[in-house]
Amino acid sequence: MSNDIFVLVEHHGGAVSEATNELFGMARGLAEASGGAVVGCLLGSGESGLAQGLAADAVLSVQAPELAQFVPEAYAATLAALVADRDPRALLIANTTVGMDVAGAVSGRTGRPLVAYCSALKVEGDTLVAISQIYGGKLNAEVQTGSGAIVSVVGGSAPAASGGSPTVEDVAPPDLSGLRTTFVARVEAPSSDVDITSEDILVSVGRGIGGEDNIELAQELADALGATVSGSRPVTDAGWLPKSRQVGKSGRKVKPKLYLACGISGAPEHLEGMSDAELIIAINTDEKAPIFDVAHYGSTADLFDLLPALTEQVRAVSA
Amino acid sequence: MKILVPLKQTVDLVEELELNDDGTDVEREYLTFKLNEWDEQALEEALLIKDAVGAEVTVVALDEPDADQSLYGARAKGADRAVKLTGDFAAGVSSHARAAILARFLESQGFDLVLIGVQTPEDLDGQTGVILAGMLGLPHASVAVAVEPEGDAFKVTQEMGAGVTHQLSIIGPAVVGVQAAREAPRYVPISRIRAAMQEGGLEQQPAAEVEVLSGLTVRRMFAPQSSSHAEMLGGDAEAAAARIIEIIRERGALKV
Ligand SMILES: Cc1cc2nc3c(=O)[nH]c(=O)nc-3n(C[C@H](O)[C@H](O)[C@H](O)COP(=O)(O)OP(=O)(O)OC[C@H]3O[C@@H](n4cnc5c(N)ncnc54)[C@H](O)[C@@H]3O)c2cc1C
Repeated sequence: MSNDIFVLVEHHGGAVSEATNELFGMARGLAEASGGAVVGCLLGSGESGLAQGLAADAVLSVQAPELAQFVPEAYAATLAALVADRDPRALLIANTTVGMDVAGAVSGRTGRPLVAYCSALKVEGDTLVAISQIYGGKLNAEVQTGSGAIVSVVGGSAPAASGGSPTVEDVAPPDLSGLRTTFVARVEAPSSDVDITSEDILVSVGRGIGGEDNIELAQELADALGATVSGSRPVTDAGWLPKSRQVGKSGRKVKPKLYLACGISGAPEHLEGMSDAELIIAINTDEKAPIFDVAHYGSTADLFDLLPALTEQVRAVSA
Repeated sequence: MKILVPLKQTVDLVEELELNDDGTDVEREYLTFKLNEWDEQALEEALLIKDAVGAEVTVVALDEPDADQSLYGARAKGADRAVKLTGDFAAGVSSHARAAILARFLESQGFDLVLIGVQTPEDLDGQTGVILAGMLGLPHASVAVAVEPEGDAFKVTQEMGAGVTHQLSIIGPAVVGVQAAREAPRYVPISRIRAAMQEGGLEQQPAAEVEVLSGLTVRRMFAPQSSSHAEMLGGDAEAAAARIIEIIRERGALKV
């Protein structure tokens, strides 16, 4: 086993993702503790130039036509071969779609343990100790695992690092001839009526709103405030609000002056999209809901009482 | 076409989660369990494929609390077969052990596609679907929002975040982790589920004995201690509303 800390480099369109730079930020301290190097794993096609500027000591560059786009099967096979060959102390992968797709598959292929949803990680002698967010953010688990683990890391767990000049080693890809997955297209977000990322005030609703008919309650308050209605994923999945209004990991990242979260539990995937808002006020009948950990003010009143009361009082003061 | 949908019973997050005596796991004994919400999405996607082009949909669950309810619920919605894998799972099952059990079950079945929820709230050691794909060396895609048969392949739409999607074409057998079905999961009234229960027909077989461990040891679980918990506004809705107006006025977010 080497003492190196490996990082999967996620990139698109010639740019390395911010989540990757955060992994490098996390890897540095770990490598110092383990006595190894920080090593980037750069998969692509003719893109080894992206290595320059990564905050790594070395980069293993695997370039092949099959890796030109994110093809989960090809990534998993390549990474599995790489860790089997180099046996790093840990492999860090961001908990993005790419991470959710390959971390488990590499673990399944190689038999290496996997720690998911990690928000903090340290090296203690021969073991790795991680804090993971589970149960929708309601509990943290402190887990230990032997060396060689794969760790998928949630966004915002470490400050981003960049600006290094690592050495680059070209590594031949494994046999990728039998792939059954073909990349067809990348589809950008369709343009939409409103851009929630540029709104000052968002009245945001979660599953607690109960149904499409009740969206009206939030809309009335938004109208009174001069605000826009946004929502959590279950609300847009159910079609109660358009997709373009979704806040969170797979929706938009917003930073309004005021974010009023109504009936939103505050799952990590939601918090990722709004925890930087200037003022967060949460309404949730569950006093243990994780949303109250990021909110500045909170109320456990029933939203079906509080929203109409607020609307009325806003109208009264604006009249 | 044969589609397999593994169903998992998971803790209902609306409930208070109590820890066991040594603080290393939730106390499962008194909790209510419900079908993992993402598995419900995976089932819906399977049924949409069945509706469109015909397929045999098999749901399979470990014998965990209220699994029968979910299996019969799936039958009532249109699943063709429901299989319960028996064994002692009271202490919880890691994603790796679950994947290994499912892998052994799959080896005994012909299948073209496994549709499974993208995650569950307790995936400390990762998501079962992709681990399963890795164990079996199958192609996979996670965070899918549409899976549609197209010739001898499946067209999979994978959500990458910020509204961007990737389209993949995958030749089965494959494992797809479903984030959301193309349509909201269909509803069946409880009377139909009861009728399905009365009809019976749940297949049962012992789960494979597997040696796979997650490789993780939980030292402790704890509620996150935020350095900045919200200041709670007491009083009834009227009083809370009045305070909210004060606060947003002070912050200049209310322009009156
Ligand atoms: C890959 C991936 C990406 C994801 N991306 C996103 C994303 O972009 N955005 C996102 O939001 N989620 C995302 N999720 C989903 C996320 O994990 C949660 O499932 C989701 O955020 C939960 O939404 P919610 O808070 O509205 O619902 P719930 O978690 O069901 O919470 C509803 C809340 O309403 C409260 N409530 C109920 N009734 C009332 C009432 N009358 N008054 C007041 N409060 C009430 C309840 O106490 C509860 O806390 C993603 C998941 C995955 C796996």
